[in-house]
Amino acid sequence: MASKVIQAYYNDDDVLMHAVKKVKAAKHHIDEVYCPFPVHGLDKAMGLAPTRIAITSFLYGCVGLAVATVMMNYIMIEDWPQDIGGKPSFSYLENMPAFVPIMFELTVFFAAHLMVITFYLRSRLWPFKKAENPDVRTTDDHFVMEIEIHGNESELKDLLAETGALEINISEKDSH
Amino acid sequence: MYTISNRLKIGSIILMAVGFLGIVGGFLAAPSTVEEAKEMVAAHAGDDHGGEHAAEASGHGDAAAHEGDHGASHDEHLLHQLQNKPWAALYVAAFFFMMISLGALAFYAIQRAAQAGWSPLLFRVMEGITSYLVPGGIIVFVILVLSVLHMNHLFVWMDPEVVAHDALLQGKAGYLDPTFFLIRAAIFLGGWIAYREYSRKLSLAQDDADDNKNFKLNFRISAAFLVFYLISESIMSWDWIMSVDPHWFSTLFGWYIFASMFVSGITVIAMVTIYLKSKEHLPEVNDSHIHDLAKFMFGISIFWTYLWFSQFMLIWYSNIPEEVTYYVTRIADYKLPFFGMIAMNFVFPLLLLMNSDYKRINWFVVLAGIVILAGHYLDIFNAIMPATVGDQWYIGLTEISAILFFAGLFIFWVFRAIAAAPLLPKRNPFIEESKHFHY
Repeated sequence: MASKVIQAYYNDDDVLMHAVKKVKAAKHHIDEVYCPFPVHGLDKAMGLAPTRIAITSFLYGCVGLAVATVMMNYIMIEDWPQDIGGKPSFSYLENMPAFVPIMFELTVFFAAHLMVITFYLRSRLWPFKKAENPDVRTTDDHFVMEIEIHGNESELKDLLAETGALEINISEKDSH
Repeated sequence: MYTISNRLKIGSIILMAVGFLGIVGGFLAAPSTVEEAKEMVAAHAGDDHGGEHAAEASGHGDAAAHEGDHGASHDEHLLHQLQNKPWAALYVAAFFFMMISLGALAFYAIQRAAQAGWSPLLFRVMEGITSYLVPGGIIVFVILVLSVLHMNHLFVWMDPEVVAHDALLQGKAGYLDPTFFLIRAAIFLGGWIAYREYSRKLSLAQDDADDNKNFKLNFRISAAFLVFYLISESIMSWDWIMSVDPHWFSTLFGWYIFASMFVSGITVIAMVTIYLKSKEHLPEVNDSHIHDLAKFMFGISIFWTYLWFSQFMLIWYSNIPEEVTYYVTRIADYKLPFFGMIAMNFVFPLLLLMNSDYKRINWFVVLAGIVILAGHYLDIFNAIMPATVGDQWYIGLTEISAILFFAGLFIFWVFRAIAAAPLLPKRNPFIEESKHFHY
């Protein structure tokens, strides 16, 4: 299903921030803002829900810690018991200090990699995906704010022109 | 302009008075003879013994006790441990509070040298905390002088009779020499206090200046101080802490003690800032400043753990007798404070301060701060006590009284210094950036 959107172009992040606040104040829903670099505070200004990626990261870290513990216990204690540091106790707990670097590294490894993978999945990003940004200039020095039109085209146009937009386009867009 | 409230003033004076009485009581309760020491250990209570001569008798044990028989030498050892106990309690608390102000001084110097834009609003708080370095440093120095004068046995290498029978100590005698030891301590304390006083003077002068001359000079001396501090702090940690176990050594000990003092100093900066804010001072300090301090508390807590573990794991793994004995004693006799410290200094701040939002909730930061401070007191306790009192440790009257006394002195001195100057360094070139700091 295709919908009509209005796209406003800016070339300064400060102007963009003010524009976003103004549009939000006029009670319009902003679909998306395309930026060449992350703009600090933009998510709050757009009224996006806070990210939950930190929670997933913590959980992945716990998984990594558990994997490291189980793995080292199997390798070094159960499957082929090792004499660690001249202390042949064959107990995981008593040899735990030797495994701390591994436990730490796998915690970080799992948290980091799985968090990135989660982020890609959640953002619907994968290799060879067709870029969603409407204009190549958003990868260089332009910002684009995109608002869906519900029969209020002229009103939106006036509002966006007031906010200092360089260019205002109307285009058809396939919703994903 | 902040004025110290009467409640705070009276509270700190009461803390000092109660602490002082407790310390005196602790010294009076120390045994003066081998028989008393044995009785105390047998009775597991030390309050009803000792007389008015106990304190002065805490010097050398009388020569009559040197009978050569093993049982007698063991009893003699026990007597020395129990006589050391009030001294060690005093020393740990004195060092701990001095270390807070020294850690805050290092943090302050880094802010100055880095020309940080977010922190100038907190400079007067930091300067207040570092003011304690003068009385705190002098008290530690006096305790060290008393040790050299054989008023106590905190440092066994100061006893010529011990050195005479110890080849390792004879080898280290050139460095572990009482006079040289005191000269080093005087140079370190002198340097730290001189920087603190000079930087404070320049900071106040900048308030009424027309140019940035004072500010620039402060930047230069802070950078120079950091070089001096890194070297002197490291040697200080060998001298004042590591040398109580004179056979043992660790090459990252200086860093380890640095991490402890750095996190304690930052924690106190955060707590004092939150206190002043709760009294409607520092109106321009916002959540983002607290957030940044809490990030440092979180990060340096992990840094401390990293150093603690780096030191522990290598020694544990290699299992070399002269090294590993350090940890064997601690795990055998100090299990609770030793492992409790790791929970308090690592697990607790890790879980409590991990969430970004929690770093902005003041009472959360204060709660984490209290646990961090208690944990780092235990850290110093674990460093000093095993070598000085052995398995006779106990967190009792003298230990708590010493904490109360120095806490009272610290609060009194710090808030007096904070009240001495306007809380806003108004002519600092970065003050606008600091006011608008937002994360």
